[in-house]
Amino acid sequence: MILAIDLMEPYGFQFFRHGLVVATIAGALCGLLGVFVVLRGMSYIGHGLSHAVFGGAAASAVLRINYFLGAGVWGIISGLLIARVARRRVLGADAAIGVVTTASFALGLALMNRYGQAGKSIEAVLFGSVLGVQMVDIYAVSGVALLGLVVVVLGYRRLLFSTFDRDVAQVSGVNVSAVEAGLLAMLSITILVTMRVIGTLLISALLVIPAASARMTTNSFARMLWISPIIGASTCFVGMNLSYFLNTSASATIILLDALVFVIVYAVAGTRNRMKMASLGHI
Amino acid sequence: MTSTPLIDCSHVSCTYGNAPVVDDVYLQINRGEFVGIVGPSGSGKTTLLNAIMGAHPVAHGTITLQPNLTIGYVPQVETVDWYFPVTVEEVIVMTRTKSSWWPRITASERNAVREVLGQLGIADVAHRHIRELSGGQQQRVFLARAMFSQPDILIMDEPTSGVDVRTRHEILHLLADLHEKGLTILLTTHDLNGLAAHLPRLVCFNKKVIADGNPRQVLTPQVLEQTYGAPMDVLEHGGMPLVVDHGRVAMRGEGK
Repeated sequence: MILAIDLMEPYGFQFFRHGLVVATIAGALCGLLGVFVVLRGMSYIGHGLSHAVFGGAAASAVLRINYFLGAGVWGIISGLLIARVARRRVLGADAAIGVVTTASFALGLALMNRYGQAGKSIEAVLFGSVLGVQMVDIYAVSGVALLGLVVVVLGYRRLLFSTFDRDVAQVSGVNVSAVEAGLLAMLSITILVTMRVIGTLLISALLVIPAASARMTTNSFARMLWISPIIGASTCFVGMNLSYFLNTSASATIILLDALVFVIVYAVAGTRNRMKMASLGHI
Repeated sequence: MTSTPLIDCSHVSCTYGNAPVVDDVYLQINRGEFVGIVGPSGSGKTTLLNAIMGAHPVAHGTITLQPNLTIGYVPQVETVDWYFPVTVEEVIVMTRTKSSWWPRITASERNAVREVLGQLGIADVAHRHIRELSGGQQQRVFLARAMFSQPDILIMDEPTSGVDVRTRHEILHLLADLHEKGLTILLTTHDLNGLAAHLPRLVCFNKKVIADGNPRQVLTPQVLEQTYGAPMDVLEHGGMPLVVDHGRVAMRGEGK
């Protein structure tokens, strides 16, 4: 009984309840989109886009405009720019991500240096903070999660086809460029609404590790789309609770828990499933 | 009475940047034909196929497809990610992007998959992961995907590339059966003796059409040298042309 009371202790704080809701939904959302990130070999995109959005967040803070508006528009433009540069096959997607996002990140840092007043909120964006979670964050992450679910359900076949076989999908009438641009826009929005809890520097892990773990548990794309969000949501939920009792950073605890799940799945999956990981060489 | 060709390429040119890769090509594919395009690597075969399918822009000339032409495309199996988490059934149904948005495979789709797999002799592999199949079965799965949309024409890019002799025989017999049932087939191949020599119509291609006709007409030393830029001999074996390139003869000579 004492244990039950102790475990419920953090739920007495509103900031924790808000943070827990946002983190759990964010975990599911990142897990869902992470399936496409991992299977498309774009694991670096989460890292890159979160850095790009940081530039927008810094600019919003300095210019005193709404965070979601400033960083959101910035993130979507960065995503579309990456898609545009990567489409010219002279450069790969990795180079496009590197150029666009590091430039954006550098701009954010320069703005921080020049107009240093925005330090606290930018630090929260970099490392995440459950303390700053407000109702608007809950609405935002819930809305984006719902949108992500609708996009994946309605666009399932197009997304699967263009992820598995881009060229054939294109000749079969799928507007692959639109699918890719939509996916990048969705990722940008996801990063935007989750980064205040998870933080820019660790968000890419949430986009990659649950999906990579899910990949080792199944050979079915459809099942992977269930398993990955479940891993993402569960680790965020448990990680948030653990961080309270261990007095550690919520985002760091969540990512460490994700990494632990990955190690366990990797070990349990054994030699046969490790073969499948050859396709995840980019992680 | 002559019927309208399914595909009519008239003075077609395509480029990569400023470099021409397809130059003033005139080619017609009629219903019921089985046509192979042969040529060296980088000769523009795949670019021509892509241009026909609308995936590569045409710089000059026109490509006219018969109205409502349905194309089934089979890519080179070497380009497939065999570790991707999909079953055979998922691979085949994923092409249905226009007629259905519902993610789950419906009962009627499942039956249609079984039917097309049955036609290709692999009815029992529907729920297996694509990695678990043999080379011949893998090629058949992608053929099944192309057939699933009941195409007017099947376009295949190097169907025997990277497969063993047995699989090549399987593919050749399978394609011959499909052609016999009335399917129009257009393919590219490097395989002069194992595949091209068996086809009813062959197009020797190197940026432009060098020769077009049955294998006996086009597989000549002159045409092959013009196409490949290297001397080749043509022998006859079992009533069919057999191409021997001088490189192989020279190697054998050195060995002696």
